[in-house]
Amino acid sequence: MTARPLFIFAGLYLLVLYAPIVLLPLFAFNDGTVIAFPLQGFTLDWFAALLDTPALHDATLNSLIIAVSTAVFATTLGLFAARAATRYRFPLKGGIVGFIMLPLVLPEVIVAISLLVVLMQIGIDPGLWTIILGHTLISTPFAIAILQGSFSNMDNSLEEAAIDLGETRWGTFRLITLPLVTPGIVASLLICFTISLDEFIIAFFLSGNAPTLPVYLWGQLRFPARLPVVMALGTILVALSVILLMIAETYRRRGLRRAGLKDTGGFL
Amino acid sequence: MGDRRPVNALSKALRSDAGRGLTLVSPALIYALLLLAAPLAVIVLFSFWTQNFLTIERVFTLDNYRTALTDPLYATLMQRSISIAGMVTAVTVILAFPVAYYISFYVRPERKSLWLFLITIPFWTSYLIRVFLWRVILAFDGPVNGTLMGFGVIDQPLPWLLYNATAVVITLAHAFAPFAILPIFVALEKIDRALLEASRDLGESPAMTFLRVTLPLAMPGVLAAVLIVFIPTVGDYVTPRLVGGSGGTMIANMIYAQIFDLNDRPMGATLAVLAMTIVALTLIWAISRVRLWLWLGGRISGRARLLVLAAPVAEIALIGWVIGQGPAIFGLIPALLALAGAVLVSSAAILFSVPRGRFAV
Repeated sequence: MTARPLFIFAGLYLLVLYAPIVLLPLFAFNDGTVIAFPLQGFTLDWFAALLDTPALHDATLNSLIIAVSTAVFATTLGLFAARAATRYRFPLKGGIVGFIMLPLVLPEVIVAISLLVVLMQIGIDPGLWTIILGHTLISTPFAIAILQGSFSNMDNSLEEAAIDLGETRWGTFRLITLPLVTPGIVASLLICFTISLDEFIIAFFLSGNAPTLPVYLWGQLRFPARLPVVMALGTILVALSVILLMIAETYRRRGLRRAGLKDTGGFL
Repeated sequence: MGDRRPVNALSKALRSDAGRGLTLVSPALIYALLLLAAPLAVIVLFSFWTQNFLTIERVFTLDNYRTALTDPLYATLMQRSISIAGMVTAVTVILAFPVAYYISFYVRPERKSLWLFLITIPFWTSYLIRVFLWRVILAFDGPVNGTLMGFGVIDQPLPWLLYNATAVVITLAHAFAPFAILPIFVALEKIDRALLEASRDLGESPAMTFLRVTLPLAMPGVLAAVLIVFIPTVGDYVTPRLVGGSGGTMIANMIYAQIFDLNDRPMGATLAVLAMTIVALTLIWAISRVRLWLWLGGRISGRARLLVLAAPVAEIALIGWVIGQGPAIFGLIPALLALAGAVLVSSAAILFSVPRGRFAV
């Protein structure tokens, strides 16, 4: 195979990959109540409508609380686990790490209903913190994958040198290891925040009467008249995700530079 | 440090390499045990109970399984979920391979991460919104119909674009595209380029080099892609709900309906357990048979090869017969348990005895 047809194929592939997302702002700024071509003209009305929807503000606050908590919890769990997976040998390592990474491939519906059934059985009402529990479970594998990258890029001899020079283990971790993996931690926080912000199924099953942004959006999809507003909200969500990702990517690259390595791939 | 202190066995064990590793991994492990393993065990338990109006009858029974396996509605949904997921997997992996190949072999090293970043961005944006956008795109008055009518290809909008299984396949294939590219890319990156040069130097054509060196070495990535796409798509809820209509409903929608609309949690749990079991059996069956097939194919030549080709067809026919006729002859639960057991044992036997071979499946 030669480069040119492959390049054309890859280009088309990217085009199709982005086609739906490009439509989003088109309709969000479109001055028409029906989501259809031809476009009618430019308007900011739909964004303005977002401002005076109190239910939306509650949902936004819920989403932010959940996403921040998830990012912190998942990154903390991921930090320990990634350190263990890259630095130490221990019995059943493959099995244990594989099990922790399992939510990555398990259908979210399965995770969500099993959590829900247990909560209902114990008699706990679903709410913000039950969503946080679920989101932490599914975000931890991503945190581990990102942080494993940072830890394995680090030169072990730096830590050994610190210990040889009389630093304690904790001191070594604080002064040597942590600064080197900080970019990875920031990237992991941002990615877990994004996952939680966009996650729908677990939030939908476990939200009770505290909807998150995607759950609120799902409710709005039933009303054709609200669709342009949905498009405006969607535009903001997608833009936010893309901005957070770009910051995360910048930090990831900074981490690679600190470790003195050349960039070879993306996340995961 | 601390050499002079009296050390007991425990603190010594904790300070060994294995102890430190286990201590560090334990928070995430305990979290996953409490919030994943325990709830999964609970739904397995639930699947053997029954709902009696508002209370749950805690008597062990196979009634749910009997209903789930005999009611044609559940069988249809399960079959449709598997075949939609199968199609999505085939489409995503086949389309992803050339892209991963291009990025790995033709993009300059310093540009690779940019390409990967571009491919992963859509994946990190809201899944719900992406699926909903497909509903807009495929809609009666949407851009696809609009464009086709604008160019005069069709006179009136195509009604079959939306609310069917095809729409579900298109939407899911789009949503899971990055999942397929990344593992294949990683596998391709690991290939030692010297092997390809060696193959060319020894006189193989580019096409044969690709078939006999690149493709086999990329197979672990392809297999990972298959798993990562297939398993979550079987259990997808949002896409069938938004673009599937009644002809594209899948098993996850039914699980949701059982739990929330019909308030029958044990039945929902049963369907979830069945779905997971069937997915696991299907995958293990497919992987073991592909390995056996490739192994035999490499060993046997001539007419006997036709036999190798015929074997999977015969086996699929046999499985179909057992599913169709077995329950009437041997009883429902015994027949299906025997089938599951046979699949498991034969697959395990193949996986343990047949070597991975060139294709590393």
